[in-house]
Amino acid sequence: MRASRLLAIGPLAFLGVFFLYPLVAILAKSFGGGALDLGPFQVLLGDSYYLGRIWFTIWQAAFSTFLTLLLGLPVAYLFARHEFPGKTLLKALTTLPFIMPTIVVAMGFVALLGPGGLVNTGLSNLFGAHAPQIRIANTLTIIFMAHAFYNYSIVVRIVSAYWANLSPQFEESSAMLGAGRVQTFRHVTLPLLLPAIWSSAILVYIFSFTSFGVVLVLGGSQFATMEVAIYELTVKLFRLEIAGALAIIQIVFTYVFLFVYTRIQARSAVPVTLVHREAVSQRKKSVRDMIVVVGIIAGLLVILSPLLALVERAISTSDGYSPTHFVALFSNDSGSYFYRSPLQVIWNSIRFALASMVIAMLVGTAAAYIIVRPGRRSSIIDALFMLPLVVSAVTLGFGFLVAFNRPPVDLRGSWLILVIAHSLVAYPFVIRTLLPVLRGMPPHLKESAAVLGASPLRVFIHVELPIIARALIVGATFAFAVSMGEFGASLLLVRPEFATIPVAIFRLLGQPGEANLGQALAMSTLLMAVVALGFVTIERFRYRDVGGF
Amino acid sequence: MPETPILRLENVHKSYGDTFAIHDVSLDVDRGELVCLLGPSGCGKTTLLRIIAGLESMDSGTISFDGQNVQGVTPHSRGFGLMFQDLALFPHMDVFGNVGFGLRMQGMSSDRVQMRVDEMLELVDLGNYRNRKIHELSGGERQRVALARSLAPAPKLLMLDEPLGSLDRVLRESLQVQVRSILKEIGVTAIYVTHDKDEAFALADTIVFVDRGAVVQAGPPEALFRAPATEMVARSLGLRNLIPGTIVRASDSVEVASTVGTLVAGGSPPDGMMTGDDVLVIINERGLSIAPVRHGSAGNGIELSGVINARKFRGGESEIHITVGQGEVVAIAPSNDAQSSLTAGDDIFVFVPPESITLLPPSQG
Amino acid sequence: MIRTTVITLTMLILIFIVACGDDEDEDNELVIMTHDSFNISEAVIEEFEEANDATVVLQQAGDAGEALVRAILEKGNPSADLLYGVDNTYLGRALDEEIFEKYESDLLDQVPDEFEFDSSGHVTPINYGYVNLNYHLDFLSENGLTPPTTLEELTGPDWDGSLVVENPATSSPGLAFLIATVAYFGEDDDYDYLDFWADLKANDVLVKDGWSDAYYTDFSMYGGDRPLVVSYATSPAAEFFFSEDPIEAPPTGNILIDNATFTQVEGIGILKGANSKNLAKKFIDFALGTTFQEDFPDKMFVYPVNKNAATPDFFRFAEVPSQPASIGAEEIGEKRDGWIQEWTNVVLR
Repeated sequence: MRASRLLAIGPLAFLGVFFLYPLVAILAKSFGGGALDLGPFQVLLGDSYYLGRIWFTIWQAAFSTFLTLLLGLPVAYLFARHEFPGKTLLKALTTLPFIMPTIVVAMGFVALLGPGGLVNTGLSNLFGAHAPQIRIANTLTIIFMAHAFYNYSIVVRIVSAYWANLSPQFEESSAMLGAGRVQTFRHVTLPLLLPAIWSSAILVYIFSFTSFGVVLVLGGSQFATMEVAIYELTVKLFRLEIAGALAIIQIVFTYVFLFVYTRIQARSAVPVTLVHREAVSQRKKSVRDMIVVVGIIAGLLVILSPLLALVERAISTSDGYSPTHFVALFSNDSGSYFYRSPLQVIWNSIRFALASMVIAMLVGTAAAYIIVRPGRRSSIIDALFMLPLVVSAVTLGFGFLVAFNRPPVDLRGSWLILVIAHSLVAYPFVIRTLLPVLRGMPPHLKESAAVLGASPLRVFIHVELPIIARALIVGATFAFAVSMGEFGASLLLVRPEFATIPVAIFRLLGQPGEANLGQALAMSTLLMAVVALGFVTIERFRYRDVGGF
Repeated sequence: MPETPILRLENVHKSYGDTFAIHDVSLDVDRGELVCLLGPSGCGKTTLLRIIAGLESMDSGTISFDGQNVQGVTPHSRGFGLMFQDLALFPHMDVFGNVGFGLRMQGMSSDRVQMRVDEMLELVDLGNYRNRKIHELSGGERQRVALARSLAPAPKLLMLDEPLGSLDRVLRESLQVQVRSILKEIGVTAIYVTHDKDEAFALADTIVFVDRGAVVQAGPPEALFRAPATEMVARSLGLRNLIPGTIVRASDSVEVASTVGTLVAGGSPPDGMMTGDDVLVIINERGLSIAPVRHGSAGNGIELSGVINARKFRGGESEIHITVGQGEVVAIAPSNDAQSSLTAGDDIFVFVPPESITLLPPSQG
Repeated sequence: MIRTTVITLTMLILIFIVACGDDEDEDNELVIMTHDSFNISEAVIEEFEEANDATVVLQQAGDAGEALVRAILEKGNPSADLLYGVDNTYLGRALDEEIFEKYESDLLDQVPDEFEFDSSGHVTPINYGYVNLNYHLDFLSENGLTPPTTLEELTGPDWDGSLVVENPATSSPGLAFLIATVAYFGEDDDYDYLDFWADLKANDVLVKDGWSDAYYTDFSMYGGDRPLVVSYATSPAAEFFFSEDPIEAPPTGNILIDNATFTQVEGIGILKGANSKNLAKKFIDFALGTTFQEDFPDKMFVYPVNKNAATPDFFRFAEVPSQPASIGAEEIGEKRDGWIQEWTNVVLR
């Protein structure tokens, strides 16, 4: 018991010191350090504009989550139940949208679906100048497409990792009892997958709820969410007390949602005897299965096409394809103080991402163990641990600056502040991927090992770790990805010498001109390549028998 | 042999909220003894095992092993073995990994682990299975791997929680014999939990009857059969001649008025019962003798007359259902020539010796 | 599990130790906080460092607004000595919050009066630029259009769905253009700036939160469907400078309507509580000198305020408007939030 109490201290301390404390610090500062004044809340809740934004934020996030699940589940099925050549690579590519800077993704959509994009040009070439044109820019449609595009990999990764170890016997016995494929999925597979589905849905919902960039870049300012309102109030209008009030409202709203979500997820968990992947994937495949597989892969390539369009643009010049833009990245023609070679930028990104990943794995794993411990408070703690995903980069960034600004702890200008900021948004992924597996693990496995003479630590290393490893790797993948792609906090907190790839892309796109765009796309291509390579490497990670789970 | 028990449970209590899971259980197990905990599902057998293993805490009471109180000793340091009902084989390890797990935890050198695992696999008749994956094994093979895994670290006490529960009857019966001979061969002290009386009788040196968290009766199988302590035990043992009655006289013997007539039992009535009290009469079905004619007065027993209702042949025995008065009596007798002519509808006389009668207080509720 | 905890705690402790060790106090260090659009040559910074035997640290803190908010939050305990990047739209707030020390450089006599935007002497102007509409040449010629000569034309059918602007609540050029429309149409006239914006909205104007979003995803030059974008007078020059193939003239052009372009002046100030005040003053002098002033135009695409500083040759494509909107920093400081609110009511709600 003492060990487990000790275990609880680590992640709670991390959350307290690096999240709650800065948050309280900035909010206290926003309200002038005095007693909490209800005035700003009345202003907000009495203003239909802000109420409208709150309402819009809530419903668009719910609908986006639904669409994302629709898009993600078939792909999850593909990766869970089928083996095919190039699977690891395709899986790595699947997750790329998640890490791309929003503006780069927006350019991908434009390159594909814009007026001069590949699709509309193709339509004109096929059907002549008066061919029907696809016009989805700046509509609500594209917001939902973009959210689904951004977040479907969360569903794919988390659900497929769980699905892959789910015994096909459940489905087979359902089939033997006369259920058709759809019925089997609806009544057997889906309920069994629910813990994992809830896990991913929680993350998708938060990301859609707080999404700053993607909605605005693709949808225009009229689709502003609460995040934008907070930025606007803080930075442009400098009404910190109202921004603070809105941040509190946002936190309270999402906390309530998170609490409900996490409770439902906890209830949906049933211990399921997991089986080795080999036992799942070696089943015979029918022709119908093959058609389904090919269909889903084709659909996946369609989803990924905006990114492919970007790569195409990155290597094209007026003289056809050439690496011009990539070469240009390596020269500092103007002798700028802020120039950093792509190698250094990539190295920065990788080391920050690795550091964030390690911290996220430690904190996330320990936190997940706290949450699965039986007790009525587990949902309260679970939702609390998810909050860093909710609070905007602006709020938290300024919180850090206010909280850690005096010796002995002056983190301003240190790269650590960045790694901590990244870890805070990375570890919730580790928690969410681990929970279904931890809750699904038959308790007898641990007890059996204990009775056979294994101490709790050795039970963890020899029995639990190999079984949760697969999920841990998925969590690590996302932790890595989140850090690789983050730039809100990075821009706010970091010195030039610590510039990361997204920061470099952002700088390049800060100025007009073809060369800037070309180099930004080249940098984006490098980002995709580095991240894909990282994913494949993490995916290839094998430790003893870890592969099967 | 010094018969101090190796495992001793004294007044063990465990409750979940208001309900008792384990109620004042005391139990002694001798070295090398094979004890079966028998009782219906949900009676607390498994909880008791888990408490002994240290996986669950108890509210009060003491458990000592080999004279040492095990309170505060973690499960992994107790040196006991527990085979779970669902086996809990590690799905990420092969057979070798599973069986060798406990040995590796003891820090045994890998050469010796190899030898011991092979030895254990030979013992359970799975000599060339060491590199099989768990998901490739059949149910019976898994059972034997789990047994080998539990035995490999040479536990001082082995507990088995319905280990054969999920198997079909034929396989189960053959494994029962195997398990008993393996356990006896090693000489390990073992506690075996089951709800199947046949299994308990096939395996146990001692059967401990558990009901609603309490030990109802403990003893060698034959003793239980001969004198079940409660109606529940009697019913669980499959006894059928359970006849309600009322004590009409109690002096050197006890006379009971029942639906089948007046019965006479030897000795004195159960604790605290006297004339006029309701009582449950159990008549040992194998202790009766039947004949188409009166036996005449042979000893203290009484003779009932009835009509054969049905007759079933079971191996070398006949099971004869006889309607007596307003009730029914079942008698089991060897199928010999004398009875071969009896058929349904025949009048019959049943002789009930006093030693074939057990009196129990009627069950509450 | 214990090990996990131990590792976690150790990491936390290590983080703190390393973080504390990070707090090096160099004697002659000058920390300059800027926004992320700031750019200068390494050689220029080195020149200053060598001349003053000092180390310069440039710290970027998000966009101009975020950098200012950070400086305000750090008031009294600044992480930097200088804040570069306060423009005439933010000046009022910076002065209200009293984050700057007073300093007036001798070199200010080389700066034309029109750019000396802080009469209180706290913020020294360094550069300026103009926010105005850019158009895409090819798009206009293909569709037989000529660039508009008045803002009113933008509400006509020719320019239906043609303009993308930035949100004044989130973007500097967006705010600059809003202020220009206030100057152009007035606030109380029969047809005031809000009427204009209402008509623009009816004419399907698109609002984006940031310049990069608008320019690189909606401007027709880069694959969008809008040939008009709110940008800078130097943008066509930048297009020329950053062209991939040698070209005669830029593919975009400036629309310089009288009273409808906004002059954005940007300056630098010494933060109260700065460690190296003398060095900071020297840097301000240095930043007004021609070495510095001539270095940044082809990096930040802004004009130097020092009248003796030469601009690069390609700045011929960065025409200077003959009659920019005249609206003072003080008035902006007073009314800015109100304009943004009104604008938001009309355009976004």
